Amino acid sequence: MTELNRLTIAAASAGLAKGEFSARELTQSCVDAMDERSDLGAFITPTPDLALEAADQADAKRKGGEDAPLLGIPLGIKDLFCTEGVQTTAASKILQGFVPTYESSVTTNLLRDGAVFLGKLNLDEFAMGSSNTTSYYGNVVNPWQSASKPDMQLVPGGSSGGSASAVAARLCLGATGTDTGGSIRQPAAFCGITGLKPTYGRCSRWGIVAFASSLDQAGPMARSVEDCAILLGSMAGFDAKDTTSVDTPVPDYTAELGAGVKGLKIGLPREYRVDRMPAEIEQLWQQSAQWLRDQGAEVVEISLPHTHSALPAYYIVAPAEASSNLARYDGVRYGFRADAPDGLPEFSSLEDMYATTRGEGFGAEVQRRIMIGAYVLSAGYYDAYYNKARRVRSLIARDFTEAFEQVDAILTPTTPSAAFGITEEPSGVEMYMNDVFTVPASMAGIPGISLPAGLSSDGLPLGVQLLGRPFDEEGLLRVAQALEDAAGFTATPQLMA
Amino acid sequence: MSITRETVEQAARLARLTVADADKDRLAGELSAILGFVEQLDAIDTSDVDPLTSVVGATARMRKDAVTAGDEPERILANAPDRVTDFYAVPKVVE
Repeated sequence: MTELNRLTIAAASAGLAKGEFSARELTQSCVDAMDERSDLGAFITPTPDLALEAADQADAKRKGGEDAPLLGIPLGIKDLFCTEGVQTTAASKILQGFVPTYESSVTTNLLRDGAVFLGKLNLDEFAMGSSNTTSYYGNVVNPWQSASKPDMQLVPGGSSGGSASAVAARLCLGATGTDTGGSIRQPAAFCGITGLKPTYGRCSRWGIVAFASSLDQAGPMARSVEDCAILLGSMAGFDAKDTTSVDTPVPDYTAELGAGVKGLKIGLPREYRVDRMPAEIEQLWQQSAQWLRDQGAEVVEISLPHTHSALPAYYIVAPAEASSNLARYDGVRYGFRADAPDGLPEFSSLEDMYATTRGEGFGAEVQRRIMIGAYVLSAGYYDAYYNKARRVRSLIARDFTEAFEQVDAILTPTTPSAAFGITEEPSGVEMYMNDVFTVPASMAGIPGISLPAGLSSDGLPLGVQLLGRPFDEEGLLRVAQALEDAAGFTATPQLMA
Repeated sequence: MSITRETVEQAARLARLTVADADKDRLAGELSAILGFVEQLDAIDTSDVDPLTSVVGATARMRKDAVTAGDEPERILANAPDRVTDFYAVPKVVE
């Protein structure tokens, strides 16, 4: 009965259905794991008491003959999803103490299907970052350690770093993430787990703290392709409260998982190579292509000519939308309000209160991006920056549309490196290069999944990414399953509970 | 594009951010680096494409213009840093 926290969602559901253990026992093993590995900093707000209470309710429902797709399954929730009655911070000081009086649509769907929430997971502040080092509530540590420097703490990636670290360290069976430019796929790759960014519009954005509204998309992070398929089936769906939610039916994403790749055409984009990319990442990419070929897929080289324009265009679009979205944090309606300066009883003006609150409440990276956004949207620059970036975005989307006339899925590396040390973190624009392979799909709105395919020579997990046609998550998951079967990735992190 | 201290001050004002004097030179450098990075887009010919408006090609849905929520001041004001009866309270703005 030990180590229930290490089960996959599929295995745990089977065990619960057969009565081999209770939801309470399963949840307790996750709560114990969270205690044991609290040094990872994965949770901002753990809610063990609420979790155990929810587990008891799940057990009572099962006893009463009820069942649901996630009944009694303990999950972690990225602290960007509003959860009714539980503090939601977006990892920012400015939302410290904010307790939503409503539940996000995605978490509402998960609760409807019986999930148990273990607490709120750490992230980069307002999901802006690729290393989970911008959280006001502290860094998240990757549970993996390198062979050459086992004492060095590694980043889990970001922005869904707490989600990736917690799933990899077996603190929860699965987690929610959000992906704006790679924030599900890049941390999944760094932590050796599987993460899926669905098509833009597949999961409702309602109740998720907004970063860049034309890019933000929620998705599952778990320890297998099948578990991601199970979670997506619950998270996805039309929601009238999100104006960009798409009204198409949610299929059973697990139904076609075993269908194989025979006869499918897989594209390798020649532009997905960058300077200083380690040879072992190129090798793993080619190996992954060979695994698909061995199972009957046809692998062809393709071109996505605007790949390298995606990152600069992203760093206009995302900050521009962020500066607009984050205008709401002004110290009036919720969250943090600064004190008047120098012991004065009052601010000199309302604007002074806004600016002081925002200056004290936002961290450095968020401030940088808001200022860039305000600048590129300002009079005289809007067309040169924002509209230019949106035109480039059309070209990026067109690249993918044309590619999917030739191929059924696209295979790439997820990241140009394995996880790096928290103290080795690159700065500024170089940091942005982490997302060079994940941003193009975000800009085009197409679905992408990262799964672990092997270890680096230094013993760290490396991910490969599959990209698919809009709303063809089924096809994407089917190829991912074939790759997972062939890769046989069973390595586990050193700091695992 | 090189960003000056004055441009930093202007962007900070637009963004409603108090920026310490000591940070302005650092920010000017950081913002210049980002804008320098995105300038490579100028080399791309975008004369034959429109700005992308929606990745899913969706048109805005219509709904009835009807009240669907409201009359719940306690839920709305629950997180207010300061309130007076059913109103948000802010610093005095009229002398």
